[in-house]
Amino acid sequence: MSQPILNLSPAVSDEVRKTTCYMCACRCGINVHLKSGKVSYIEGNRAHPVNKGVLCAKGASGIMQVTAPSRLRAPLRRVGPRGSGAFEEISWDEALELAVSWMKPLRETAPEKLAFFTGRDQSQSLTGWWAQNFGTPNYAAHGGFCSVNMAAGGIYTLGGAFWEFGQPDWDRTRLFVMFGVAEDHDSNPIKIGLGKLKARGARVIGVNPIRTGYNAVADDWLPITPGADGLLILSLIHCLFEAGKIDLEYLAQWTNAPLLVNEAEGPEKGLILKNAESQPFVIDRRTGMPAPWDGTGVQPDLGAVWEGHRTVFQHMAERYLSPEYAPEVVAVRCGIPAARIRALAAELADEAFNQPIEIAQGWTDFRGNRHEKMTGRPVSFHAMRGISAHSNGFQTARALHLLQIILGTVEVPGGYRFKPPYPKPVEAHPTPNFVAVPGKPLSGPHLGYVRGPEQLALKPDGSPARIDKAFTWENPFSAHGLMHMLIPNAHAGDPYRIDTLFLYMANMAWNSSMNTAKVMEMLTDRGEDGEYVIPRIIYSDAYASEMVAYADLILPDTTYLERHDCISLLDRPISEPDAAGDSIRWPVVEPDRDVRCFQTVLLDLGARLGLPGMVNEDGSPKFRDYADYIANHQRRPGVGPLIGFRGNGDAEGRGAPNPDQLQRYIENGGFYQAHVPEEALFYKPWNKAYQDWAVATSFYETPQPYLFSIWSEPMRRFQLAAEGQGAIQPPDHMRARLKQAMDPLPVWYPPFGDEGTTGYPIHALTQRPMDMYHSWGTQNAWLRQIRGMNFLYLPTKIWEEHGFADGDYARVTSPNGEITVPVAHMAALNENTIWTWNAIGKRKAAWALDDAAPEATEGFLLNHLISELLPEKNDGMRWSNSDPVTGQAAWFDLRVRIERVGPRDQSEPAFGPIPRVVPKGEGRA
Amino acid sequence: MTALPGPTPRKLGLAIDLDTCVGCNACVTACKGWNDQGYGAPLSDQNPYGSEPSGTFLNRVHSYEVLPADAPAQVVNFPRSCLHCEAAPCVTVCPTGASYKRAEDGIVLVNEDACIGCGLCAWACPYGARELDAAAGVMKKCTLCVDRIYNDNLPEEDRVPACVRTCPTGARHFGDYADPDSTVSRLSAERGGMELMPELGTMPVNRYLPPRKKGVEQASPLAPLLDIRAAGLAGWLDRVLSRI
Repeated sequence: MSQPILNLSPAVSDEVRKTTCYMCACRCGINVHLKSGKVSYIEGNRAHPVNKGVLCAKGASGIMQVTAPSRLRAPLRRVGPRGSGAFEEISWDEALELAVSWMKPLRETAPEKLAFFTGRDQSQSLTGWWAQNFGTPNYAAHGGFCSVNMAAGGIYTLGGAFWEFGQPDWDRTRLFVMFGVAEDHDSNPIKIGLGKLKARGARVIGVNPIRTGYNAVADDWLPITPGADGLLILSLIHCLFEAGKIDLEYLAQWTNAPLLVNEAEGPEKGLILKNAESQPFVIDRRTGMPAPWDGTGVQPDLGAVWEGHRTVFQHMAERYLSPEYAPEVVAVRCGIPAARIRALAAELADEAFNQPIEIAQGWTDFRGNRHEKMTGRPVSFHAMRGISAHSNGFQTARALHLLQIILGTVEVPGGYRFKPPYPKPVEAHPTPNFVAVPGKPLSGPHLGYVRGPEQLALKPDGSPARIDKAFTWENPFSAHGLMHMLIPNAHAGDPYRIDTLFLYMANMAWNSSMNTAKVMEMLTDRGEDGEYVIPRIIYSDAYASEMVAYADLILPDTTYLERHDCISLLDRPISEPDAAGDSIRWPVVEPDRDVRCFQTVLLDLGARLGLPGMVNEDGSPKFRDYADYIANHQRRPGVGPLIGFRGNGDAEGRGAPNPDQLQRYIENGGFYQAHVPEEALFYKPWNKAYQDWAVATSFYETPQPYLFSIWSEPMRRFQLAAEGQGAIQPPDHMRARLKQAMDPLPVWYPPFGDEGTTGYPIHALTQRPMDMYHSWGTQNAWLRQIRGMNFLYLPTKIWEEHGFADGDYARVTSPNGEITVPVAHMAALNENTIWTWNAIGKRKAAWALDDAAPEATEGFLLNHLISELLPEKNDGMRWSNSDPVTGQAAWFDLRVRIERVGPRDQSEPAFGPIPRVVPKGEGRA
Repeated sequence: MTALPGPTPRKLGLAIDLDTCVGCNACVTACKGWNDQGYGAPLSDQNPYGSEPSGTFLNRVHSYEVLPADAPAQVVNFPRSCLHCEAAPCVTVCPTGASYKRAEDGIVLVNEDACIGCGLCAWACPYGARELDAAAGVMKKCTLCVDRIYNDNLPEEDRVPACVRTCPTGARHFGDYADPDSTVSRLSAERGGMELMPELGTMPVNRYLPPRKKGVEQASPLAPLLDIRAAGLAGWLDRVLSRI
């Protein structure tokens, strides 16, 4: 029988346009196929450094995002009570003039009364610069409720952390251990990396209370109890110290382990001992005498004692050899048997020290010593929010970096590798700028790295300068701000009242806030004068999210395929260990609505306000739009948002603005890479060739070699203040906590969420699915068919103890509240941990979904159980539910109890439908 | 009833690595995206923003828990699509000849012009690999991207099914099982590639590479350098630093 004749070579599309995905924060390169001017298919760009052609479930569903019925269509002004959904469409001119009429008087009188915070925004070098020129100290992005512990823990220890800062050497590592990694970050690169490990049979170990996704394919799984990762890591360090399995040469050469700790009582106690020239020094093993820390040929003595001052290494040995970190002591608290902890330590040591790898590549270190080869230890680690979203997360991140350091696996072949512009030590970062002067810009960037109490963002009277209380005694190193405290503080008028809340891409009336129901009340609460307690709210988003209903003025953004963007080295670039990289978005389709790219709107507002850098001398706007800014803005002479095709088109890193730059990026597939020279590929913090290349490529102005900070001086300075030393003193009630949290050597303490948890024996977590990214995408016609509702997953012990059955609901109670939600059984769990998928639950009628959408009926948020404040301790204080070092939201400290309530068909709390600002979606576009 | 072609010179199919699949669903939506605008009728969605959204997918991922007696519970992510069986019951059951197995490469396809949407093939398929499109009224199934794999308009490296091209972990492999030297044949031989339900006699072409054994690695335990309690910190330091 003859078979049909097929056309096996149909035309694929009319045209392919290459841009950057924005279905999550991963920034993969995509080929957008167009037929008759419409998007017909989206696939990964094979040439792109981030995803190398692959694409995740979200990325391939982007076509449903540009046609989503939830897209906002025009600027809106609130005309009824806030939250009532009564809006009228207005023109862009009206919208911008309205915003200016609110903002201009604030800038002239009290710039701090504008608070500008951005959510999952990737243009922070622009938004921060804008806020700086406006002059408000109140700016941050979302890192405070995301993963600042991971970022700051890394910067303060290594000069870089995971994800955008660095990654495992996927091509050479043979043992990979991940702590607390779900689909956090980096999405496709981690999957590509795991695929490489699996293809060559390398070993993967997952430490996670939940065995899904990456942990499901791990060769071994340690079901850690939440909040105990740091204790497990310090126990591994204990085992390695006990057996002498530590890389002494590495510690002596590249870390501050051989520096001396000042033992003299007084204001310098515990700081690194300095010589007459204020330089740290080591004891040279050849002479037994002090020698410069960066001297050629010096052999630092790790075990030195000099005039009673001991090395950092001696302090490390004393702490980590202590029996309190023995596996047998920590096993119960960690939920991991001692034998398994010892076995993991043995595996790490075996791979690191018995199977080293070598690359025949010579290099010269910053001391001028020449090395003939590069020696690597093929053990690597990755960690994300599972360890960082705890109130001990900063110290836990530091502990993990310490583990990497003692194994000698950072910046070596097979280990963890920095991505340019990292490595970058604390000293190469700015300190916070926060002094508001009417009519003037801020003196510098808002966010920075504090070195000591004198850099805290405090007013002369000691009160917080920022609305989120970042950089205060409560959280001195809050390098990303505390967006989760913004609305509660603004509502409480603590530390002061603000006038206008300006938010971008942040769903604060739903999944991005702790204590969601309460936050919704705060947004609509009125004072005795009948006015809103938070007087004005301006919000920009592309979609009808839950937050939209609570705004007074809505500035509708474009979707990611309709806009310009730059993924910049000034901000959060797309570098790889072997190459610096940046990329762009450009409008591959034109919007069919009256919407504008938010960054273009921001520049327009800046020009109307006359902000420095945004207007010409004659007062006319300096930039036509965001694209014009990307090509022509110079942060420093010759340095702009993009490093590629500068000057006449062939300058890299530094060079005059090039009017054809964006076109050249488009022709190059939407990205640019500056390749690291061969000799500079490893040992970057100490490698002369790398340092010189980094200066040439504009990351530093001068070479910045440094030693890893095992002993953290900035932390010790806060302990000293807490001990009563120095002119700038914390309030007395903060002293004990500072002494504990600001320990200069990595330490573990129980999460604050554990206090007062009698009656709440269970840990509750969320994690992000691989096919959904927060609230974005939940309205996506394809993705919601994959995951349209979420269950609370219960381990076997709890499932059986309470007699749960399929179809049941559970009442879950925390010190902050209760929810009633659908449950499912899952055996592959830590036996005291329950969890659900993040941000699937939606408010009824949000996102253009049907009121009866499963996301809005059975779907739910855990956020209702989590307060931004810890429970009352009867000390007259309310303590923030955050890490005491960085202020990171301690989402995962949550403790609950659970009871079976039988079958239901609606999760509680159930909120009424949110007023619709766009019509309900019907068929697919 | 429709006849099978007999042994085909090429046996195109997938090797899916269950030791590597993280269950990310990338293959699911890449497949949906390509085939929505590719071979035959689009893959429609019903009530996509409604209370019970549904639609046609040619590939879906299911996750299962495995409970070994002597080890902690495991999760296996299991992508499911047509296996392009050599003895495909969905073909022989078709009353119109619409469902057929290509003589040249063994791909099982539906000729939508001849499909009456009776659903017999879906009933006959023991793997649940076929879905009747509610809008078009025709049977949809994995085509192995027959409109990609020979497509002269695509660069050679892209002439693979959309699910294979997109898979972030590289867990999906495409090739010719009739060629013992093909990547899929070699992977299947090395890793013990499994047929699904071989007892049914359907002779699936696709193979699943089973999860590798999991658990603790028996590295020799670390021996303490010395009795630290007896030697003290100073003794430990002496011992450690004497090795430099």
